[in-house]
Amino acid sequence: MNRVFNSVQRLGRGTLFLFHLLGGIGSLIPRFSLVIQQLYSVGVHSLLIVVVAGLFVGMVLGLQGYNTLVDFGAEESLGVLVALSLVRELGPVVAALLFAGRAGSALTAEIGLMKATEQLSGMEMMAVDPVHRIVSPRFLAGFLSLPLLTGIFTVLGVYGGYFVAVPLLGVDDGAFWSQMQARVDFYDDLMSGVIKSVVFGFVVSWIALFEGYDATPTSEGVSRATTRTVVHASLAVLGLDFVLTALMFGA
Amino acid sequence: MVHAQRKPRKRPRRKPADVLVRIRGLEFAHQGREVEQGPIFRGVDLDFYRGKVVAILGPSGTGKTTLLKLIGGQLSPQAGTIEVDGEVVDELDRKGLYRLRKRMGMLFQSGALLTDMTVFDNVAFPIREHSDLPESMVRDLVLMKLEAVGLRGAQELMPAELSGGMARRVALARAIALDPMMILYDEPFTGQDPISMGVLIKLIRELNQTLRLTSVVVSHDVEETLSIADYVYLLSEGQVVGQGTPQQIRKSSSAWVQQFLRGEPDGPVPFHIPTISLQQELLEEGA
Repeated sequence: MNRVFNSVQRLGRGTLFLFHLLGGIGSLIPRFSLVIQQLYSVGVHSLLIVVVAGLFVGMVLGLQGYNTLVDFGAEESLGVLVALSLVRELGPVVAALLFAGRAGSALTAEIGLMKATEQLSGMEMMAVDPVHRIVSPRFLAGFLSLPLLTGIFTVLGVYGGYFVAVPLLGVDDGAFWSQMQARVDFYDDLMSGVIKSVVFGFVVSWIALFEGYDATPTSEGVSRATTRTVVHASLAVLGLDFVLTALMFGA
Repeated sequence: MVHAQRKPRKRPRRKPADVLVRIRGLEFAHQGREVEQGPIFRGVDLDFYRGKVVAILGPSGTGKTTLLKLIGGQLSPQAGTIEVDGEVVDELDRKGLYRLRKRMGMLFQSGALLTDMTVFDNVAFPIREHSDLPESMVRDLVLMKLEAVGLRGAQELMPAELSGGMARRVALARAIALDPMMILYDEPFTGQDPISMGVLIKLIRELNQTLRLTSVVVSHDVEETLSIADYVYLLSEGQVVGQGTPQQIRKSSSAWVQQFLRGEPDGPVPFHIPTISLQQELLEEGA
């Protein structure tokens, strides 16, 4: 019973925290350099893992898809298979999972340690709202970077698939691209991927920042909060992916 | 020193001009704390006079830091009032509280410097946040504050490159950046070497005089604190157990006060945590 009570209480705190941090977004417009700094540390630092993972996921998709399609003589559709899986599902989901592990955990640890070393209380005593000054720019940066990282992930995945399919397995170059162009729809496919990545960016950043802000200010508390970020954010991404897919493709 | 007559009044709106912080009937307990640990404050009355160095002494865990957080409005009391410069702290809205905090500086035990900024930017932080001064003027102000604590030469260092004593001095420069009326010092002497200790004692005393501040020093370092305080409160188990000027405190007849001042291992505060006798416990184990 106590656990249920605690979970509900945390949910409430998390929601209030979200409103609080969203209230700070407006004041960031004249001080956008704060967001740029965070875009660099949240977004640019996640670039390497996203690039490498994107290439490999695309290459594996190319290999696996070829093995099945070749039995039906449909290996020319490999481009469509790779592109659709990446654009609709794997791009947003895998990029969000990597983002939660790379940037989300770093955000939680950073905020948690700032709390543990009294930097947040210190700011409060200087009459500076730490949520507006520290959390809001990070939230905006996370929210903006994940869709961009997803785009990079998807593009590199397609090139990875292309690299396996055309030079290695001998799929026809023109067929690979032209079928992809003909069968991937801008609104149905591309936009659904973009919507997913926007939602994931929002949720992962929110969870990561809240866990950090709500962490018990000890080394053990921060480490637990970091673990919780990765677990909760990953589960939230996978759960929301199902809900969004059902909403956009189910009907 | 003129002491105001203490009259039991409910929520005094107007106060004598020379009391900056007035605490009446303060009761506070941490939420979710085990019941057996009990409340932190059980009806505490304190008066901090303007322009004085007031010290709060007490053993670890008596809620000295909590008291500073209550004065700064980071926590709210369960009962009683805390008035700072005529304003009841826990009745202020966020805006009012922030307005009040701009006039208070707080020195945290750890310094609480922002680790991703240089010393210069740390001191400039409150000035930049709360004013639109041109950068050249911010620079002049910061350099003056750093000069006051003797660390102008360290302005380009990162907080991680500072020793504990230096970090506290930078934090002190930051606390006086907005020219506050009062500074709250949380355990300023803990873990300092003799030289840093001497520097901090000198700074607290001098800044109090030159900037016409009111200083509240929370500590358990008896000698250092008594050497700079104008008035001392001794807190234990949620209550004021002694108060007066350092001379009065030293002459106190209370056995508890004497044990605390001299650091005796046994006395009113027993060496052994009360429990069943050793003999009984050993026999129980054997059974």
